[in-house]
Amino acid sequence: MRFTKDHEWVDLVGDTATIGITAYAAEQLGDVVFVDLPAAGKTVKAGEALAVVESVKAASDVFAPISGEVCAANAALADNPETVNDTPEAGGWFVKLKVADAAEVEALMDRAAYEQFLGAL
Amino acid sequence: MESCALVPDEALKSTVLAPDHRERGGRMVAFAGYEMPVQYADGILKEHLWTRASAGAFDVSHMGPAFLDVIARTHDGDANHASVASVVDPLVSGDILGLKPGQLRYTTLLDRSGGILDDLMIGRPIKPESQGRLYIVVNAGAKEADFALLTAAAGDRARLTRADDRALIALQGPKAAEVLGAILPEALSLSFMTYRRAEFEGHILRVSRSGYTGEDGFEILVPAMIALRFWRRLMADERVRPIGLGARDSLRLEAGLPLYGHDMDQTVSPIEAGLGFAVSRRRLKAGQMRGAERIASELAKGPSRVRVGLRVLEGPPAREGAGILDTAGASVGVVTSGGFSPTLSGPIAMGFVPPAMAAAGTRLAVEVRGKAQAAEVTALPFVPHRYHRAPAGARV
Repeated sequence: MRFTKDHEWVDLVGDTATIGITAYAAEQLGDVVFVDLPAAGKTVKAGEALAVVESVKAASDVFAPISGEVCAANAALADNPETVNDTPEAGGWFVKLKVADAAEVEALMDRAAYEQFLGAL
Repeated sequence: MESCALVPDEALKSTVLAPDHRERGGRMVAFAGYEMPVQYADGILKEHLWTRASAGAFDVSHMGPAFLDVIARTHDGDANHASVASVVDPLVSGDILGLKPGQLRYTTLLDRSGGILDDLMIGRPIKPESQGRLYIVVNAGAKEADFALLTAAAGDRARLTRADDRALIALQGPKAAEVLGAILPEALSLSFMTYRRAEFEGHILRVSRSGYTGEDGFEILVPAMIALRFWRRLMADERVRPIGLGARDSLRLEAGLPLYGHDMDQTVSPIEAGLGFAVSRRRLKAGQMRGAERIASELAKGPSRVRVGLRVLEGPPAREGAGILDTAGASVGVVTSGGFSPTLSGPIAMGFVPPAMAAAGTRLAVEVRGKAQAAEVTALPFVPHRYHRAPAGARV
């Protein structure tokens, strides 16, 4: 699993990357009440808006950590958005992307580097 | 992901309770020039539901409590009250002269064309020797301007004494009365929208039965030197949890209560804001109100827009600034407050629409990130109020 400074995680298996937000991000957001996810087939470039996560208090943009084509969105979040808080790095995933360039994933932080990054916040 | 919490700044003011908020895991954010807890460790959702089920304690010391005292006091209490009321009445929509001893009234401060400068509470003391004084609580963001306006109006007839160096604590929820009654037995004699003095460890507090959640509850003005002790005494009761500004906002939204700067501002009249109950018909008829012409005309012919409640029937919450559309997709208004209702488990909003579209049940839409989502006009409040009202006839 790889991580971004925007507190997203990316789990690459073959050419499919599962993407979600980290436990730190979920804790900072507070109770998630809605996740606005892109439709399958949408193409995104790294840094573009990918999803919007809504807490009781506010809406926050989630940007695509890598480029690719959305092949699945987590439909279970529609009825159970709290899964993002409960298991952010498992059942609370947002989308699966067919990655354009696996090197973009390799360039992200590994867990040790991300934890060091969190420690410095 | 963008962080939405503002970082506390050294220039921010702190309330006397701030050290305790930090100890309890309060997440401090900048609000109206103060660093305030937006939530504690429980989070907004749990804090909200706790307040509806038990009792929540809120630090609202950033607000603007003050006393206005007539300078030339006589032995006639009613005359003293009339004197101090004559300073305030020309500035507000309500009838301050008509307050009974011990009564608290919600009113609006108006500009010369009937726009709302702020909404506020004004109380008349119970005790005969205190007549000629008003207890006033204004919003944090407007307090400097409000106090300047009141001071100018008072001239040499009355003196305004700020009390925003004290703590103002709200205790709200179905168990608030049991909890506070054990600490301040005097509080139990209060009914909704009355206030009185009470004593804690030899110090004088002002307790009103009022709040901003739709629940029964109290707002308590506490001298700074005992504020932490009083707050910790509340916290020691297991029925009480501290509640941050996040849940304060979601609670007031469910209660259908407008927030100044969002659901009303200087462009909005009390009639448009749905605050006709806070407009004195006697003073309006006499033409003795700022913006009387506009307000009277809106009362007679109806305003061009009114504040309504909306249930958003699908999709994400519609927040402040979201467009309101009719079923054909034409723009008819704008959301002024919106979010997720923990009690109803769905998105709710308030906003302004033409009166023809304001009836409960009217189908509309809200536009969020370019998508129209079905919505329906709903009677306010979204969640029924549970105020402790005195029986009819027994009201002060």
